[in-house]
Amino acid sequence: MSFYEVYRRFKDFDFTFFFNQLTDSDILRAIGKSRLSELDYLALLSPRAENYLEEMAQKAHHLTVQHFGKVILLYTPLYLANYCVNSCVYCGFRVKNDIERKILSFEELEAEARVIAGTGLKHILILTGESRKHSPVAYIKECVGILRKYFTSIGIEVYPLDEEEYAELISAGVDGLTIYQEVYDEDVYLEVHPAGPKRNYRFRLDAPERACRAGIRSVNLGALLGLHEWRSEAFFTGLHANYLQNRYPDVEVSMSPPRMRPHAGGTAPRVVVSDKNLVQYILAFRLFMPRGGITISTREGPELREHLIKLGATKMSAGSCTAVGGRTGAEKSTGQFDISDERDVAAMTRVIYSHGYQPVFKDWQSI
Amino acid sequence: MSDPLVIGGRELTSRLFLGTGKFASNRLIPGAVQASGAQVVTVALRRVDPDFPEENIVNFVPEGCILMPNTSGARNAREAVRIARLGRAAGCGNWVKIEIITDNRYLLPDNFETIKATEELAAEGFVVLPYVSPDLMVARKLAEAGAAAVMPLGAPIGSNRGLKMKEMIRILIEEISLPVIVDAGIGRPSQAAEAMEMGAAAVLVNTAIATAGDPVAMARAFALAVEAGRTAFLSGPGEVQQYARASSPLTGFLRDE
Repeated sequence: MSFYEVYRRFKDFDFTFFFNQLTDSDILRAIGKSRLSELDYLALLSPRAENYLEEMAQKAHHLTVQHFGKVILLYTPLYLANYCVNSCVYCGFRVKNDIERKILSFEELEAEARVIAGTGLKHILILTGESRKHSPVAYIKECVGILRKYFTSIGIEVYPLDEEEYAELISAGVDGLTIYQEVYDEDVYLEVHPAGPKRNYRFRLDAPERACRAGIRSVNLGALLGLHEWRSEAFFTGLHANYLQNRYPDVEVSMSPPRMRPHAGGTAPRVVVSDKNLVQYILAFRLFMPRGGITISTREGPELREHLIKLGATKMSAGSCTAVGGRTGAEKSTGQFDISDERDVAAMTRVIYSHGYQPVFKDWQSI
Repeated sequence: MSDPLVIGGRELTSRLFLGTGKFASNRLIPGAVQASGAQVVTVALRRVDPDFPEENIVNFVPEGCILMPNTSGARNAREAVRIARLGRAAGCGNWVKIEIITDNRYLLPDNFETIKATEELAAEGFVVLPYVSPDLMVARKLAEAGAAAVMPLGAPIGSNRGLKMKEMIRILIEEISLPVIVDAGIGRPSQAAEAMEMGAAAVLVNTAIATAGDPVAMARAFALAVEAGRTAFLSGPGEVQQYARASSPLTGFLRDE
């Protein structure tokens, strides 16, 4: 069994027809349920459900406070390397982009770690481009060993690995995996990944499940919003989260709704996803997965991020930097994309408190 | 009248235990603890951060309270045992609430793994309070394993649904000699009172207080309810009658001969 089978079940689904036959009572019924079906979730992603965003927001807020409390977990991304062999049309790190390539030495990593740890953060997410030559698993593993001295929770956002490699990194101290499918529509996936190992749709799609089998504690999924029609992409992301939660009930499953940002060698989004669309997606996901985490990165701007605190967000990044060595390096490299919220950890802490929420710096202890 | 609850050799006068997750700020914790009168306060060890004293949750638990670290995040007995040991090594004392959850949808505890962890930690000298789904056989095994109390859930954590497991909890109270502390699901002071009237030794409340509009006032309300429920239990409430006592009884024609 693989999520691919679930995907196949809906691959040729007529979303437009489904949306057109929905009535107001279908939407209200879905909002009222305590356990939503897959199609209830899709109903809440429909254009018709846009008329019920406030009702959805009230319930989403209530569910989030009930299950997570008035808290937002803070983390920050740390880029280890930007070497990449892929050609993803939406990414600043793609192989043919003429940017300076860099990989952190262990000394540089330690310096970056010290700076970040000085802000009080305990959760770190490490990232690389896809280059098994420049940033192999052994390198990532060694980095994890260094970071364990500074952080109590280490997540990875790297190229998809096989199960044994995930197990190796987990035993080294990794507890979380973030991996975005980018786009669930298989045809569009092949279009936007014209070359490189990332063209392998199935290998990427099954990566979170391989990590679950290897014993990861948390997985964070996402579709990069802007590559394809967002309603179906949001639907598949939710189904993927639901699939993993059903099969691996002890894993904390969460999702990110990243929207495309300007980047080096910029490609415009194929589809515009408005703030309203993004909010609808977050609310629908919360109602579908009441205990699912929702991660909001600094791809989003300050004002929207603050509103999302009360609409279902559970985890936010702060003091972010998408360049390798960006926190210490005099020779700052090009970032993967431009961030929208440049506030540091202290500023985000104040902001979260000002909304009546507690910023949490530590929510896991490596054991 | 003196009515202490004795757990792990400690005499407690308060029968309301307080959880510390979900507060909008750790700074609300001292006020809530004080208003609740709680003497036992649970903190998730995963949240304890000795490197960051200004935000370290442990520093907000008033002095004199018994700290009861919990093993939230543990997915099996092995992890729970390791978390408990880390807590003790970090100076959190030797009480531990075992929380082993392998189901992220309802956060229901894994009774089987909990029994294993209880056995191991009790043998190491911990005062072990296991959080479980109410089940008589499990409670008996926990007692044999050396638990200091049994903490059955009233309803899933954070659900505020009240004593959905009432009948099963009643059986534990009747059959188990250990204190039975209702943990999880209690959303209203009236539900806490109900548990205490039934004979629960104590209740543990977190979400209902932490996410209340005024957590301090709600903590006070819970303290009153727990006290009322306990007093009612001790004073022997009248039997509940299924039918009214008719003023013209059906057996009124019978006469002593």
